Amino acid sequence: MNSGDLEAVWLTLRLAATATAVLLVLGTPLAWWLSRSRSRLRDAVGALVTLPLVLPPTVLGFYLLLLLGPEGPIGRLTEALGLGLLPFTFAGLVVASVIYSLPFVIQPLQQAFEAGGDAALEAAATLRASPWDAFFSVAVPLARPGFITGAVLAFAHTIGEFGVVLMIGGNIPGKTQVLSMAIYNHVEAVEYSDAHWLAGGMLAFSFATLLALNLLQRARRA
Amino acid sequence: MSIRANFRLSHPGFALDVDLVLPARGVTALFGPSGSGKTTVLRCIAGLERRAAGRLEVGGEVWQQEGVFLPTHRRRLGYVFQDARLFPHLTVRRNLDYGQRRVAAAERRVSPDHVVELLGIGHLLDRLPERLSGGERQRVAIARALLTSPSLLLMDEPMAALDAARKAEILPYLERLHGELEIPVIYVSHSPDEVARLADHLVVMESGRAVAQGPLTETLARLDLPVRLGEDAGVVLDGRIAERDQNWHLARIEFDGGSLWTRDAGHALGHAVRVRILARDVSVALDAPHDTSILNTMPATVAELADESHPALALVKLRVGASAIVARLTRRSACGLELKPGLPVFAQIKAVALL
Repeated sequence: MNSGDLEAVWLTLRLAATATAVLLVLGTPLAWWLSRSRSRLRDAVGALVTLPLVLPPTVLGFYLLLLLGPEGPIGRLTEALGLGLLPFTFAGLVVASVIYSLPFVIQPLQQAFEAGGDAALEAAATLRASPWDAFFSVAVPLARPGFITGAVLAFAHTIGEFGVVLMIGGNIPGKTQVLSMAIYNHVEAVEYSDAHWLAGGMLAFSFATLLALNLLQRARRA
Repeated sequence: MSIRANFRLSHPGFALDVDLVLPARGVTALFGPSGSGKTTVLRCIAGLERRAAGRLEVGGEVWQQEGVFLPTHRRRLGYVFQDARLFPHLTVRRNLDYGQRRVAAAERRVSPDHVVELLGIGHLLDRLPERLSGGERQRVAIARALLTSPSLLLMDEPMAALDAARKAEILPYLERLHGELEIPVIYVSHSPDEVARLADHLVVMESGRAVAQGPLTETLARLDLPVRLGEDAGVVLDGRIAERDQNWHLARIEFDGGSLWTRDAGHALGHAVRVRILARDVSVALDAPHDTSILNTMPATVAELADESHPALALVKLRVGASAIVARLTRRSACGLELKPGLPVFAQIKAVALL
């Protein structure tokens, strides 16, 4: 592995960690709302959040590029705020990854919150816990499996993304070149042994992650 | 001091409309068949039914009225759910702490040691709820609710999910609770046995309405209850042990208006006891019976007659001094004896259950 590859690995890990953290912060209230709301908006929001699961990443990336670009509404906003433009920056990758991996966090969290149900929260209320207090002291601990699954999936999924990054981040070494991009470059240049190192590493990482998740779930059920 | 609760709430297929005045002491039983709205009343009192309209006043404090809705966590109540609802991620000790920690130290009136001892859960403190039996779970849930030092304890069929053996295990704890803590309890039940043992005050519910309410002994003696108790119809009398016959192992219980012999259960003289007399165990004679094996016969006056749900049977309310007992007779006997209000008779009581 050359230094460029290491840089790509490091960048990918940073991106996945940042995106996962942002996803947990944003995803928790969103999943909570989806799990309890009786609003008619709920189904529409649920579908919107699930879209990245079925859309080709290039479609997502294309619209993000337009939205975040100099002519897009969000692009104008970020420029007006003095943040500059997000495409082709690390921040842009984070935004894209968060949207891309959102369903992977929302679904396990929402299911976990729904499984927790009203029963425990009602019990907490009769024990003088305010709604916020009950959320943190009862709902979140009971949804722990959902948090673990969501975080692991979001992290692993972000590490493997390609299409969205290509569309919005390009392929700038040290800045936006992530692992999957580096592999692509190696294959294009017929540097198969370099490609093997990275591709094999990812294969092993992904397998180990999913295996660990399964073992964890089995241990909890036992 | 009393609890006044007036609630209206409608779900599809169910409407609740109750107006209750309950004593702020002792145990009030909400009794009625499944679906009669007992649990809904309890949930309204706890503030768990946001859509309920009405007014609730507990010991002079308004918890709910037009424009006022004290959220559940600000109501000083304890709630024991049918399914215990212990927090599965916390040990028994931390389940018990959960409510107590959320009550200001100055307002804590119930000592953890006392409650743990009262409910016999000292050996369970370090266990997780999944490792408790059903009866143990309910005892922990009761202790957890008590540790918030509630001014009102709500219990929703705490024994419904338990088999007979587990029930027998919990009942004594509930009775001790009743005897030792000065916390008014509203107890939902559809079991006449539990009501007879635990309650002081009775509310009978049917189809979302309270069809009768009043002190237990009086209410049970009413013949016009729409909820027919069938084989369980009968009265409860409170009395004291007045005499113990060592020879025959019998004890005489004096109640307001008479006395009854029953098997000696070992209670000391003067001990307060409650007995239950089922209507099917009471018969009526016009003359004082002689040469009978029945130990308890006493003069009584017919107060009221009513039809039983079966056309062959009739219920007769008898006055014995200040107390009332109910007899279940065949209508043929009632006609044959020409029973009518005011007629002096003799009540023969075949069985008396000491509760």
